Amino acid sequence: MSTTIETHVGSPRRRVDGRLKVTGAARYAGEVAAPGLLHGYVVSGMIAKGRITAIDTAAAEAVPGVVKIFTHANRPNVPGGDADYQDMVAPPGQPFRPLFNDRILYSGQPVALVVAEDFGTARHAASLVNVRIEAEPHETDLDRLRESAYVPPEKREGIAPPPEPRGNADAAFAASPMRVQNEYRIASEHHNPMEPHASTVIWEGGGRITVHDKIQGVKNSHDYITAVFGLPPDDVRVISPFVGGAFGIGLRPQYQLFLAVMAALDLERSVRVELTREQMFTFGYRPGTINAVAVGANPDGKLQAIRHAAVAGTSSFEEYQEVVVNWSGLLYHCDNIALNYRIARLDTYTPADMRAPGAPLGVFAIESAIDELSYALKIDPLELRLNNYADTDENAGKPFSSRELRAACRQGAERFGWSKRQPEPRSMRAGRELVGWGMATGIWEAMMMPHSARATLTADGKLELACATADIGTGTYTILTQIAADSLGLRMEDVTTRLGDTSLPEAPVEGGSWTAASAGSAVHLACEKLRQTLFQHARGMNASPLANASFEHVQFRDGRIDLRTAPSEGVSIVDVLRAAGLDRIEEQETAAPNAETKAKFSQYTHSAVFAEVRVDEQLGVVRVTRIVDAVAAGKIINPKTARSQIIGGVVFGLGMALHEESMLDHKLGRFMNRNLAEYHVPANADVPEIDVIFVDEHDDKANPLGVKGLGEIGIVGTAAAIANAIFHATGKRVRSLPITIDKLIE
Amino acid sequence: MNRFSYARPDDLAEAVQASAAQAGNRVIAGGTNLIDLMKYNVERPAHLIDITRLPGLDRIEPTPNGGLRIGALVTNSTVAYDDRIAARYKLLASAILAGASPQLRNAATTGGNLLQRTRCYYFYDSATACNKREPGSGCPAIGGLNRIHAILGTSEHCIATHPSDMCVALAALAATVHVTGPTGDRAIPFADFHRLPGDRPDRDTTLEHGEIVTAVELPPESFTTHHTYLKLRDRLSYAFALVSVAAALDLDGDTVRTARIALGGVAHKPWRIPAAEDALSGQPATAESFARAAETLLSGAQGRGHNDFKIGLARQAILRALQQAAAGTPQSQTDKRIR
Repeated sequence: MSTTIETHVGSPRRRVDGRLKVTGAARYAGEVAAPGLLHGYVVSGMIAKGRITAIDTAAAEAVPGVVKIFTHANRPNVPGGDADYQDMVAPPGQPFRPLFNDRILYSGQPVALVVAEDFGTARHAASLVNVRIEAEPHETDLDRLRESAYVPPEKREGIAPPPEPRGNADAAFAASPMRVQNEYRIASEHHNPMEPHASTVIWEGGGRITVHDKIQGVKNSHDYITAVFGLPPDDVRVISPFVGGAFGIGLRPQYQLFLAVMAALDLERSVRVELTREQMFTFGYRPGTINAVAVGANPDGKLQAIRHAAVAGTSSFEEYQEVVVNWSGLLYHCDNIALNYRIARLDTYTPADMRAPGAPLGVFAIESAIDELSYALKIDPLELRLNNYADTDENAGKPFSSRELRAACRQGAERFGWSKRQPEPRSMRAGRELVGWGMATGIWEAMMMPHSARATLTADGKLELACATADIGTGTYTILTQIAADSLGLRMEDVTTRLGDTSLPEAPVEGGSWTAASAGSAVHLACEKLRQTLFQHARGMNASPLANASFEHVQFRDGRIDLRTAPSEGVSIVDVLRAAGLDRIEEQETAAPNAETKAKFSQYTHSAVFAEVRVDEQLGVVRVTRIVDAVAAGKIINPKTARSQIIGGVVFGLGMALHEESMLDHKLGRFMNRNLAEYHVPANADVPEIDVIFVDEHDDKANPLGVKGLGEIGIVGTAAAIANAIFHATGKRVRSLPITIDKLIE
Repeated sequence: MNRFSYARPDDLAEAVQASAAQAGNRVIAGGTNLIDLMKYNVERPAHLIDITRLPGLDRIEPTPNGGLRIGALVTNSTVAYDDRIAARYKLLASAILAGASPQLRNAATTGGNLLQRTRCYYFYDSATACNKREPGSGCPAIGGLNRIHAILGTSEHCIATHPSDMCVALAALAATVHVTGPTGDRAIPFADFHRLPGDRPDRDTTLEHGEIVTAVELPPESFTTHHTYLKLRDRLSYAFALVSVAAALDLDGDTVRTARIALGGVAHKPWRIPAAEDALSGQPATAESFARAAETLLSGAQGRGHNDFKIGLARQAILRALQQAAAGTPQSQTDKRIR
């Protein structure tokens, strides 16, 4: 006899924190109340490079309600040395040190913190602080520094440098009968999460603080604070249960955290520092990147050579690095490949990881070039890709743990109706508009990081999960709840998940799409151990119906442990605890990647993105009317939140393709469109129906759950697919993102 | 943001008196632009005069000659969805709905919309020079980032644009602005309300010190059949116009009897050239006629680098808008496909 068991894992489930969020009950870092809370307002310097010669705070200090104004000249001594400013994801170099000295390193740098009894007073007083800066020549123009760009000598941890060249790309390219060689550019972007950065530091007395920080990993803030301010680890607790969007800008501790902690320790009072929308443009950003790509092929479409060299900006004080070019060696089988990545020092803040850092930049370049090649060869762009499909990771010389990219291409094409595409550019129309169909593939690493999780079952049959990781809106609370509910046979309502607190079992930052695999595996292991413990207690009960059963013979379902063969014979888990005289059973486990598997297999997620655009050619107006994104990402825990992740990524890609651009005035060395009216993210009207397909992909190597992560893959191929569709519609190849009206009517 | 005092006068005379009392005083209604500018330290008013409770300014009323008088405090949403406006002055309703977001339109008022200030990046950045913000300090948009800037009627002192959509329609409809001030009431033809920058870019309008907008009057001629508001921007909603066109035609068969064309996003004020409109009178409603009108409207247009594209874009937009108007197929503001 067998019954179908409806499991939570694999089924669409509503967010367990949804109600808290839509009712406003979820409290964010800048919303936490505290008695006697002081408010800090940051004064931003507005010169790109130079030296502070004077800061006049007299007028500001005279404002009633101002408590103290901190500048580099009067800031409290900070015990931490230069290296203590490092954090878990810092690139090589010297991290920015707020109010450290009189040096101005970038425009928008914080130069003072006004602390007052209320926010309005602090803001007003801040406008009265007069900062004099002696300017020095600066450079923010990547084009002008291109020749001085260099291969970063020290590699950023976790960022694979380009692989060694294979074959002879130059010679093979020169000998190729069909060649495409061009430059592809992507504008700088800012993350612009809905929630601005904020830190509320609660003074607990006796040097102890509780910090509510906007951060993608409480441990990162905790370790930064304790190192920089020389505090005992137990004196600092960092809490961040909800994050209102981050997209990478919440990975590193930002300057408002330093300033709030500094002020709280100095004044021995609780302090909040919240940044303005404009100040959200005064730290990390996605670096504008220039890609030079050359691809050569035989007339039959077999790729003979790929060259991809990228140049991107970093700051004068850190060597930021991300993976831009490696993807070109992963997507296609090609014997002659040369990949190169260089950086140039700009007088801006250090760039920061932004959703799929590096990947959509490099993939836009290679997937545009492949598209161009397809037209030169008169081969369908999808067929060209499948004809050059890489079955193994040729960068690393390893097999993939799983790679259903071919299936993604086929299923996406089927759903999109790709076979009905007219190959010639400008050949499809709808009324006045030109119609274009384009596609591209996407790729992102499927990673796992060590995570610990605790599962606590209490006498009332309720389970609490605990892990320090963050849910930045991705659905982590929900999927962990699903995994645990299935494991112990509980209803999701009986499981409470706690995240984002340094008092909980340790986790690194939430990023890289690794959280589902990592925190999910840790929860899975902790629950597995809890099952074993429960089972032992169950067997030991008086007259236990399970006394002679082995673990394999029981199932956990509906709050009970029953024999699989006789589901009415068993015990309830509440009775197990009662019989054992326990008020709780607690298990903690750590999940970590399997080093052996990692050494043997390359692990990536993949996607195939198909886009339809309609273009009014005379007016240069592009409408994206349809997107199909077929994603191969291993096991899908929650199709509902998973779909939301992909939709969010696709919208990001759409913004990269058509809208987003942080505009630098190089004379001033400053980003000028520092608000959401002038920095354009897609509006609802810009976003079409997005059809998400999850391709079946079985992966028993990536991690115990077989999941590969979804946060980044949605963005990766999207911009290229849209740009390719615009070419198909118009016959005009725009190689510089975003594709705005001016670039189409030129 | 500076500290300021705040008053909410009970009648218009009191408001005018307060408005005229000191140079740093500012009238506030919906506040959708002024509050932003205060947060950016661009506006630092010593005293705010909240006119939102003044009686009699929140109504739309018929005028004796068959037009409509829109009180200065009527919100943009109320205007757009008013039965009389939606039925007759469709051009105005369309232009309003092309702008901002529902939330902003619910708060923004008719008078305030007329007085909104430019979106120039440098104007908003109080750490830069800007002749509009600080006369005599310079214009970094010239030679700087000027993709969104003006191509017509600029001066060496300022190349900023006027950001309103509603005003472009009001210019085409030849509305009248009613104001009251220390020296009494005035009626200002719409074309004379906003000004070109010249050597006083700090002055957006011809309002005199202390004057308050009380109403906007629409003349009876509403161009109900042949009109359009065509707006081109960097995304399909919630962005200021790169170029916009309000076009209104009165046709006799295929012949133009009267034409009105106003441009947004290209100048310091809604751009109207009566000569271009007059030249269309008696002409066939054809692409050739429309192209000639475009040439006249854009005569003297000058790009500053990043905004060079606006000249060609404006030409195409004028052509398309006049075609939409002539065909009686105005641009929808919800269906983003351009007709």
